[in-house]
Amino acid sequence: MKDIFKVTTRTIVAAGLGAALFALLFMFVKIPSPVPGTYIQTAYGLAGFFGVLFGPIATGLMAFIGHAISDAVQYGSPWWSWVISSGIAGFIYGFAFKRTRVEEGIFGGKDILTYNIIQVIGNAIAWILVAPVLDIVIYAEPANKVFAQGLMAFASNSVVAGVVGTLLLLAYAATRTRKGSLSKKS
Amino acid sequence: MKTKLFSYNYENTPIHNLSGLIKFICFLLLTFATMYTYDIRVILGMLVFSLIILRISKIKFSQIKVMLIYVLIFILINAIFTFFFAPEHGTTLYNTRNPIMKLWGNFELTQEQLLYQVTLAFKYLSVVPLGIIFLLTTNPSEFASSVTAVGVPYKASFAISLTLRYFPDILRVYNDISQAQQARGLEMSGKAKMKERVKNSLMIIIPLIFSTLERIEVVTNAMDLRGFGKEKRRTWYCVQKLRPADYYALAVSIVAVLIVASVAYFLNHGRYFNPFI
Repeated sequence: MKDIFKVTTRTIVAAGLGAALFALLFMFVKIPSPVPGTYIQTAYGLAGFFGVLFGPIATGLMAFIGHAISDAVQYGSPWWSWVISSGIAGFIYGFAFKRTRVEEGIFGGKDILTYNIIQVIGNAIAWILVAPVLDIVIYAEPANKVFAQGLMAFASNSVVAGVVGTLLLLAYAATRTRKGSLSKKS
Repeated sequence: MKTKLFSYNYENTPIHNLSGLIKFICFLLLTFATMYTYDIRVILGMLVFSLIILRISKIKFSQIKVMLIYVLIFILINAIFTFFFAPEHGTTLYNTRNPIMKLWGNFELTQEQLLYQVTLAFKYLSVVPLGIIFLLTTNPSEFASSVTAVGVPYKASFAISLTLRYFPDILRVYNDISQAQQARGLEMSGKAKMKERVKNSLMIIIPLIFSTLERIEVVTNAMDLRGFGKEKRRTWYCVQKLRPADYYALAVSIVAVLIVASVAYFLNHGRYFNPFI
């Protein structure tokens, strides 16, 4: 592991400010989906983006805190099973940290593939496995209902993390200075 | 548009005067007790108890109206989903089957399902006042020290206080960007097509995120220069000393948890209250 679990001041600040951003997107920048009462959450695109930039600890914390705060503000109390799953999804997105060349200003086909494989794995574990199981254990909800909800969340969050996350990373890569962009004039 | 995340106003009530740490522990204890039990009597008792606390802490209805509407909508949708996906879930939980009436097709309403879904709805409803009380009566500056005191690493709790500190700032930037983009003709309402809306929301969040990235660098440098994270422990600006009232509150919560546990253990022999056997 290339030190992706190292906690620096930057990790903490990224988690804190990222969580504020996450909560904001979670509350205000959601796109109504065809299924009534559910939304396509752009916040997971942000989480994917932060995963590549800041690593698992920062992104896990960010998604956990951001989701807990937006739940608390909207519903009075966090929905723990999904808050924990958000944290886990963020944590796994973070495994894309230092695996792409985005800091060098390159985000090509190979990097896009790496990022998307990791985010789909993260979403699968969080929404198809962890969230439904926690819902059953904590709230004793019927299994087929929570797995259906989990599948829906998996599909929508993977698409959002894929589309929004990739676009954000492409935009970010364009702002980085490429390696060897300067040449010596003889 | 409101720029505050939630409205914390200090009032001189016993609940406001409790230390943040004790309120956090009580909140966790009571929430987990309510989440554990599936006994409608215990849950209703918990709901009444938390409503009394809500009353004592002088939280006005206008402060929580929006939350309440959200929660009720959520509970309603959840109940409908639950019924359609598992109309017989109550029957499998309670191991008996007492039909009330036939609805349509294979759907039949049973007493067990009714009890299960009513219990579930009240369970969700009763954790809400607990969260609201904690949120609205605790000084946000005290959150971080409280979370650290229950054993969370202080760096993680510092992230929470950063979130609370910067949310209003980021919300202000978001409003500025959103209005600037809408003034340039960006359609965000239901009138635009799905694909357009996704694209348009990107036009707002990209500048927002990139300005936040810059802010992260600035704050990181500021904190590094002040030596953040050099020591294993840190002290907090906002910590209250524990007073007798804090111990009473803690005792009340522990008694409540013990009641829930003993009802489950001695009366129900498990999580579920089963009147059908």
